[in-house]
Amino acid sequence: MKLTEQQQQILDGAQGETMAKVMKTMVMYGEAFEAETMVPVTSKHNHLVTSFGLKVMSPVYDLMQQLIDAGVESGQTFSVDPRPVDKNVPANFLQNLVFNKFMYTKQDFYEGQLSKLGLMDKNAFTCTCYMDEVGNKPGKGDILSWAESSAVVYANSVLGARCNRNSGIIDIMGSIVGYVPYFGLLTDEGRKATWIVEIKTTKKPEAQLLGSAIGMKVMEDVPFVKGLDKWLGSELNDTACAYLKDFGAATASNGAVGLYHIENLTPEAVEQGESLIKEGAKVYVIDDAELERVKKEYPVIWKNPDAKPKLCFVGCPHLSLEQLKDWTVKIEEGLKQTGKKKVVINTVFTASPGVLEAFEKTEYAARLKATGVITSYICPLMYMNNPLCKKMPVITSSNKLRTYTSARYYTDAEILTTITGGKS
Amino acid sequence: MKEFKGRVITPGEVTAEAVVTTEGFNTLASLQMALQFGDKEVKCGDQSNKQLYGKPLLGKALCLPQTIGSTTGGLVLYCACSMGKSPACMLFSSHIDSLAAAGAVLADVWVEGTSMPVIDCLGDEFLDYVKDGMNITVKEDGTVVVE
Repeated sequence: MKLTEQQQQILDGAQGETMAKVMKTMVMYGEAFEAETMVPVTSKHNHLVTSFGLKVMSPVYDLMQQLIDAGVESGQTFSVDPRPVDKNVPANFLQNLVFNKFMYTKQDFYEGQLSKLGLMDKNAFTCTCYMDEVGNKPGKGDILSWAESSAVVYANSVLGARCNRNSGIIDIMGSIVGYVPYFGLLTDEGRKATWIVEIKTTKKPEAQLLGSAIGMKVMEDVPFVKGLDKWLGSELNDTACAYLKDFGAATASNGAVGLYHIENLTPEAVEQGESLIKEGAKVYVIDDAELERVKKEYPVIWKNPDAKPKLCFVGCPHLSLEQLKDWTVKIEEGLKQTGKKKVVINTVFTASPGVLEAFEKTEYAARLKATGVITSYICPLMYMNNPLCKKMPVITSSNKLRTYTSARYYTDAEILTTITGGKS
Repeated sequence: MKEFKGRVITPGEVTAEAVVTTEGFNTLASLQMALQFGDKEVKCGDQSNKQLYGKPLLGKALCLPQTIGSTTGGLVLYCACSMGKSPACMLFSSHIDSLAAAGAVLADVWVEGTSMPVIDCLGDEFLDYVKDGMNITVKEDGTVVVE
């Protein structure tokens, strides 16, 4: 790798031994991908994936402490993924015992480390940092050192920023040293599509199911999706952005997609059209039957597949303000149809603290509360990591949560029917 | 016996028994529970990976195409190495992915006295040939001997 004089000096220890190790990490990381140069990180804020003070991750906290002790804090402030626990979310005595005494015992300590390293503010805990209410929205062409797969794919695809699918720790190291290796999704060539996905469904495809199908097919490749603008339109409005947030999270977790292009909708697809497609790109056609096939193949790993659900999570990734409002109306209508006053299953809607604060200021907040739905800033995935929660029959409309936990996936419509006591 | 030549991501020499997946290895789903609850054998916890689920990974030669899943993958791998709970080596048939590369590099730079050789680009034939239980020897120059 060709380093600038300044980069070489850092590597040689001009800014201390710890900073040299940070630079060495980023150089070795880049060399694994034949990167020839390092480029400056240009976004205002960074985003980290590691938000949890999980006891077992003590090597991470030791490393963070090395950075703090050496005084090599990031020049950027950052947001970070959601907090792992929230007392508002239903959990029994034993589950709480495991959360508080065995799992997240380092949470306060780690949040203290994050503050020292440059946390934006005490509420900057969310996977959807790019929401207006959170304030970490990079501009088109910004170079990022982010992690969190759902945020990276959104930033690349919907916002037109440039970021590789970095791992935790690499995220903060790129930010500290101020440079990231130039490869993959940072390059024009790496942003070209090697798959064409043709949407031929008879109705608007479920975002999280479509994303799952594409992710499992293309894995880490870049898909150029045709025919989705028929259902989403050609404007990146709140509805389209929320759809793409959920779609992207599923492509990233069910596969390893870091960037997608939606014809006539996402910025680079609008600007460059089919010139983004590489010669010889493979084709994947998705119709109703293909989505049904994908859904049917999800393994059911509940001990009793016919068990009555005990908990429902909606909001992985975190919901937008518009989504919270939409769900409020739908649940009210659903309950009206079934003649019930409250949801029949403990239901938790998750969103960023900033979005929840904004939601509380609307008339919808009291209406949603009246339906019995709980709102929380929690990360459902971290809740489900508790082995006692893993044994519970939990349902979700998140394909990411399905992938990483025992939660069972249903479409939004199926979730609505189930939680409002309708017949599926 | 067959010899394969790959690219060295992090160097080292080791001999270990093969455990093989032809599907993407989900690092978080595979290692988290074992690390969290002190599973001495570090059995794979990823129920979606039928080839690996329940199999011990500690000290094995993990043969795989690439890793997939959460971007915590690299730090989970780093933690596994720090805690002495990692595979003996990771052998990729394809080009390494960004999460596995991060884990390998972090362990190499920041964990003293630990060595987990990581070799990539061994080719599809490697993954076709190698089977669970075979003996693997990794050499410093990226040569992998399977017998």
